[in-house]
Amino acid sequence: MKTNRFKLLLAGLMMALAAPMASAQTIKVGLISEFSGPFADYGKQMENGVKAYMEQYGDTVAGKKIEIITRDTTGPSPDVAKRLAQELVTRDKVDFLVGFGLTPNAMAVTAVATQAKKPMIIMNAAASVITTKSPYVVRVSQTIAQLSVPMAQWAAKNGVKRVYTFVADYAPGIDAEENFKKAFTAAGGEVVDSARVPLTNPDFGPFVQRIKDAKPEAVFLFLPAGEEGIAFMKAFTERGLAAAGIKVFATGDLTDDGVIDTMGEPTVGIVTSGHYSAAHDSPENKAFLKAYAAVAGDKRPNFMAVGGYDGMAAIYDVLKKNNGDPDADKAMDVLKGWKHESPRGPIMIDPDTRDIVQTVYIRRVEKQNGHYYNIEFDKFPAVKDPGK
Amino acid sequence: MAALVGVLFDGVAYGSLLFLISIGLAVTMGLMNFVNLAHGAFAMFGGYLAATLMGRAGAPFLLALFAAFAGAALLGLVLEQMFYRRLYRASALDQVLFSIGLVFISVASATYLFGSGQAAFALPPWLLGQWHLGAIDVGVYRLFLIAAVALVGASLWLLLEHTRLGSWVRAAVDHRDAAEGLGIPVAAVFTATFAIGSGLAGLGGALGVDVLGLDPNFPLKYMVYFLLVVAVGGSGSLSGPLLAALLLGIVDVAGKYYVPKLGAFVIYVLMVVLLLAFPGGLIRRKT
Repeated sequence: MKTNRFKLLLAGLMMALAAPMASAQTIKVGLISEFSGPFADYGKQMENGVKAYMEQYGDTVAGKKIEIITRDTTGPSPDVAKRLAQELVTRDKVDFLVGFGLTPNAMAVTAVATQAKKPMIIMNAAASVITTKSPYVVRVSQTIAQLSVPMAQWAAKNGVKRVYTFVADYAPGIDAEENFKKAFTAAGGEVVDSARVPLTNPDFGPFVQRIKDAKPEAVFLFLPAGEEGIAFMKAFTERGLAAAGIKVFATGDLTDDGVIDTMGEPTVGIVTSGHYSAAHDSPENKAFLKAYAAVAGDKRPNFMAVGGYDGMAAIYDVLKKNNGDPDADKAMDVLKGWKHESPRGPIMIDPDTRDIVQTVYIRRVEKQNGHYYNIEFDKFPAVKDPGK
Repeated sequence: MAALVGVLFDGVAYGSLLFLISIGLAVTMGLMNFVNLAHGAFAMFGGYLAATLMGRAGAPFLLALFAAFAGAALLGLVLEQMFYRRLYRASALDQVLFSIGLVFISVASATYLFGSGQAAFALPPWLLGQWHLGAIDVGVYRLFLIAAVALVGASLWLLLEHTRLGSWVRAAVDHRDAAEGLGIPVAAVFTATFAIGSGLAGLGGALGVDVLGLDPNFPLKYMVYFLLVVAVGGSGSLSGPLLAALLLGIVDVAGKYYVPKLGAFVIYVLMVVLLLAFPGGLIRRKT
């Protein structure tokens, strides 16, 4: 009896000793995003981007094994995101907090990153303000201002004078509207009217009719990708605005690679400003598409997938430089000013704002081999976030 | 003037759509007194059936519409036999809990089967575009929706007001025991009526895909609109929901066109006003 108890004690002691040794050999990455609810497809894209990177470069770096722990926020719910981040830090002992499709979720976690001193890598959430909320936040995706300002400048440069802005009535939409307006009027253009529409809106017909009657040269659009974008473009085509010569400008998420084939024919000719297109021609993108196909089958990667992929590239580079040491302050030293050749083109982290600097492409939707693609035809190199 | 006529046309068309997606509920909830929040699940079923038949099997649109009706009716028949019939005499709360549970099951199933994104759906070319009638442009599909309302409304009215089934239904709902005593096969009548209501939901779902879109959250997202039409219209009749749908449609479109800042809020203001003025609905069947 006595020996039994002693054995148990010994076993327990050994397990207690073994646990920290195992964790020192493993780097844990907590991936928080939306894996159920209406944004599930986008969360899945991000996760597949992460997996694609590990498929391509292996799951070991600088002698450490990388372990991904995914957590589902279920949708825009900041308190859930915060609780998940706290659990990941205290219970799972993660070294990095990554992911974040939606701004409110990212905002809620910034406080956890500061307190726990964990690098937090934003793989999508696009409000400018996020990176100012904690010294441990780095963004590898994009900001709304970063995409809408080049769109305005390009339109003005190409002789478009009168634009109607049309956005969904929520923070990102208003962000896009204000940034576009400011840049467009600064470049000499005129915004003839602006409409903000509710997020759930079953029928765009009357709004679109109003645009038609205002006779602008173009519409600048910011709507949540998917349903809203599809409904708008249907109304746009049905009411003959395209036939009347009215152009559509938008940020790249409207025609993102994940939804564009569902949207189909009405998207042809839409001009968008975006940082990633699956049709981008570079060896890095070819390698990415191949790795993505290996983990996601016939699904096409979009900007969320690239965010996930580049976020992992950042973590791998940090561990390589620091010989596998995940210390947050040392990691931030590497991340500030980090340069990388991404599938989207060259990217860099601004050392002052910890936000992304990247090429913004102007693209037009075209049909190729039965599929729809954003074809890049003009670009603005090294765009910083104008929202700061 | 042309703008006003255009707005009126669009309003009637939108009202028609509201009527079509709610008419099934007017039957199951309005006529049969079952608080059927799962109405949208049947509509979604019809929508996915039509979209899948057209997308995968290349079925023509009209055939897909018929399949959506038949498929949803069959589903309604099965579910009625298994669950609904046990709850006809249950309290409204039990009915709500059961049918909202059904909604969540349908949302999860649709996500599993079709993914959480938008379903691909394209109308046939003959329903696309606009006709130019004088100064106004008339959307072909919108015209088609108005025609569909006329057809569905008329056949349903004939069925309920001028056939044996119609009078049996009304008798069975009003006084079930007396109806049974008179030899009316109440259980069978309810089953048939519920199947018809579900079929209409499926048909409305299929007709609505082009305008409303289709994803697994459909039953929850548009639940307010179904309930709005039936509540404002009043239960027990078909003309009530029709009138309510047209009124809501016209006011909603006019609101969006003339005061876009208020946007989609106008429809709710109208609902509040109408319910205050007519607490029992616009048209009530006399009992």
